[in-house]
Amino acid sequence: MIYLDNSATTPPLPEVVETMASAAREWFGNPSSLHRLGMEAENALNAARAEVARLLGVKPKEIVFTSGGTEAINSALVGTALAHRHRGRHIVTTAVEHAAVLETCRFLATLGFEVTEVPPGPDGVAAVEAVQAAVREDTILVSMMHVNNETGAVQPVEALGRWLANRPKVIFHVDAVQSFGKMAVPLQGADLISVSGHKIHGPKGVGALYIREGLKWTPFVHGGGQEGGRRSGTQAVPAIVGFAAACRWWRDRRAEAWDRLNRLGRAFAQRLREKVPDCRVNSPAGGVPYIVNLSIPGFKGEVLVHALEGRGVYVSTASACSSRSAKGSHVLRAMGVPREVEEGALRFSFSPLNDVSEVEEAVDALARAVEELRPVMRR
Amino acid sequence: MAAIYLDHAATTFVLPEVRAAMEPYLGGPPGNPSSIHQFGRRAKAAVEDARDAVAALIGAPPSDVVFTSGGTEADNAALIGAALALRDRGRHIVTTAIEHHAVLHAAQWLETMGFEVSYVEPRPDGVVDAGMVARVMRSDTILVSVMWVNNETGAIQPVREAAGLARERGAIFHTDAVQAVPWLPVDVEEAGCDLLSMSAHKLHGPSGIGALYIRRGTPWMPLLRGGAQERGRRAGTENLPGVVGFGVAAARLLSKRRTGFEHAARLKAALLQAAREEFDGEIVVHSPERAVPAIVNVAFPGAAAETVLMNLDLQGIAASSGSACTSGSLQPSHVLKAMGVPDSVIRSSVRFSFSVETTMEEVETAGRAAGRIARRLRRRNSHG
Repeated sequence: MIYLDNSATTPPLPEVVETMASAAREWFGNPSSLHRLGMEAENALNAARAEVARLLGVKPKEIVFTSGGTEAINSALVGTALAHRHRGRHIVTTAVEHAAVLETCRFLATLGFEVTEVPPGPDGVAAVEAVQAAVREDTILVSMMHVNNETGAVQPVEALGRWLANRPKVIFHVDAVQSFGKMAVPLQGADLISVSGHKIHGPKGVGALYIREGLKWTPFVHGGGQEGGRRSGTQAVPAIVGFAAACRWWRDRRAEAWDRLNRLGRAFAQRLREKVPDCRVNSPAGGVPYIVNLSIPGFKGEVLVHALEGRGVYVSTASACSSRSAKGSHVLRAMGVPREVEEGALRFSFSPLNDVSEVEEAVDALARAVEELRPVMRR
Repeated sequence: MAAIYLDHAATTFVLPEVRAAMEPYLGGPPGNPSSIHQFGRRAKAAVEDARDAVAALIGAPPSDVVFTSGGTEADNAALIGAALALRDRGRHIVTTAIEHHAVLHAAQWLETMGFEVSYVEPRPDGVVDAGMVARVMRSDTILVSVMWVNNETGAIQPVREAAGLARERGAIFHTDAVQAVPWLPVDVEEAGCDLLSMSAHKLHGPSGIGALYIRRGTPWMPLLRGGAQERGRRAGTENLPGVVGFGVAAARLLSKRRTGFEHAARLKAALLQAAREEFDGEIVVHSPERAVPAIVNVAFPGAAAETVLMNLDLQGIAASSGSACTSGSLQPSHVLKAMGVPDSVIRSSVRFSFSVETTMEEVETAGRAAGRIARRLRRRNSHG
């Protein structure tokens, strides 16, 4: 089996599984309880918080655990919009964001906020100048992803953060779900950063939201006041300590992991040129090496996903979240690619746990599938 | 682990068989149930099996059950989702003063969003009068939320009556059934609920997973957005091991729930008797006749609850004062306050809560220890 759908979800690391299993075995109490069991759970929670904070490069108290990346994003946007609604009602984002951002913005529009979606260039990158131009006097929030989940395009979060650092009234949210762990997330100017556990070989059902110390923001999930009043609900301690174990793994081998991802990307691209020369790569040249979006003229993406699956290679069409809705890719559409290219899109996404032979075999399998299916497709 | 754990209303331990069922999904081949490949499909099948088991626990069609990150999210999604969906029809919400903070604080948040909320006070026995709920309803009431079982006293609320009155007047009815599902034969059809919240870690399932029942056709909008998971009702990649664990815990509870209630009643009687044998004052029991006996909230007048609990903890016995969420903050219980319990009695109130796994020996030991500790503290206080 060759699993190259790591942008959808990643298999938890053995140490993550072990950490979670032992946490569940030793059985943690409710971290809010005052008895000894509760205290033990709280200690585990605090250690985990420090670990996640370290990988991101922020203070532990600035980390709030959530049920995942989607909740982190929803909380960041709704919590900011509502806290700052008396100053202004304008929100700026880009057309290539994850659905969690776009759909939350559309929801905020029904509450009376106005949203500007900045389109990307043909390379899938939203120009920093275009975003700056969209910011107005009444703009309260800018939300931009660091790495696009479909194409791997790196957005100008760093440059935008530098610019926004001088405009403290505009809150800046960075969706770092696809970059966290693999790359350093630019912190300058960032007020909120969303990350997810299961995209970095951690467990599902856990993520985190960085909330800059002192930021005016209002909680999204209300109740018992856990997480310093910022996210209510009994914390899922086993999942959280599993997430921390994954963070630890990435911190311990940051350069090595990045190096591996680069090698995988290069090997994949080279093999692709050799074996499938007529394929069109939809990912930009300057994108991350671990996400490759491509189309093969005349082929529907879904057909190739199944053909590859039959050969033991697991990839996806667009993002997993929208792949069942059959609405196609809003990202590729925003880039202005022809409809045929959009329908043909395949996404290969790598992890440092993959090796070079796997990505090469995946290309070989793709080449064979194309070869065998071509007569059928042409008919 | 504490020698004796009697804080199950805060959280329960994960049963070994639940843990075992979750383990293959902790590691193993990656499965995002939304992915169209084989692992995605296999993950999807596991989610649907769990949904069937959870739905069976509340007598609901599986397609009306949506997994959430827990009871708190379910409560938030229920209230906020219904209120926002109906805001053009009206802006008035009715709930009670003794709800869990997940409901109370979601309601207060809705107040900041332009909704108006009436909080019905309970009677001194901790039970809300369904007639009072009906009385505060107005023509613009869109939502009524009444918990099924109170988490601090175990008092069973008149959910069926309240639901009937609410729906008769055209309002949506929600119930927080987090503490009811482990003990009562909850049935959404019989009770007439439109929305119902539940949590896995209160019934020997894992933390980080819960569910919201949404009756088909109920005006409601999702809280979490950004992905078509849970048929568009809850975005975010499914917490696969959590869902599977919830399903196994639910299936097991279904077979144990019938005898569990009677077991808990015997435990409650034994605990109270043991405590009374040791304590020389009058023990105040904050639970009415109609209560889930697994939650025993008692005051040992003259003995400070925090000191009693600390001494119990030193003996390896875990209990709590009020709910876990508020006990961290040391705020006096809003539930007992609403019942009109004097502050001095609230400050000496301790909550013991059981699970179907709790034994007679455990509660007798705990009851005796609590009575003894309280007696000592009371004497020391009256002498000094």
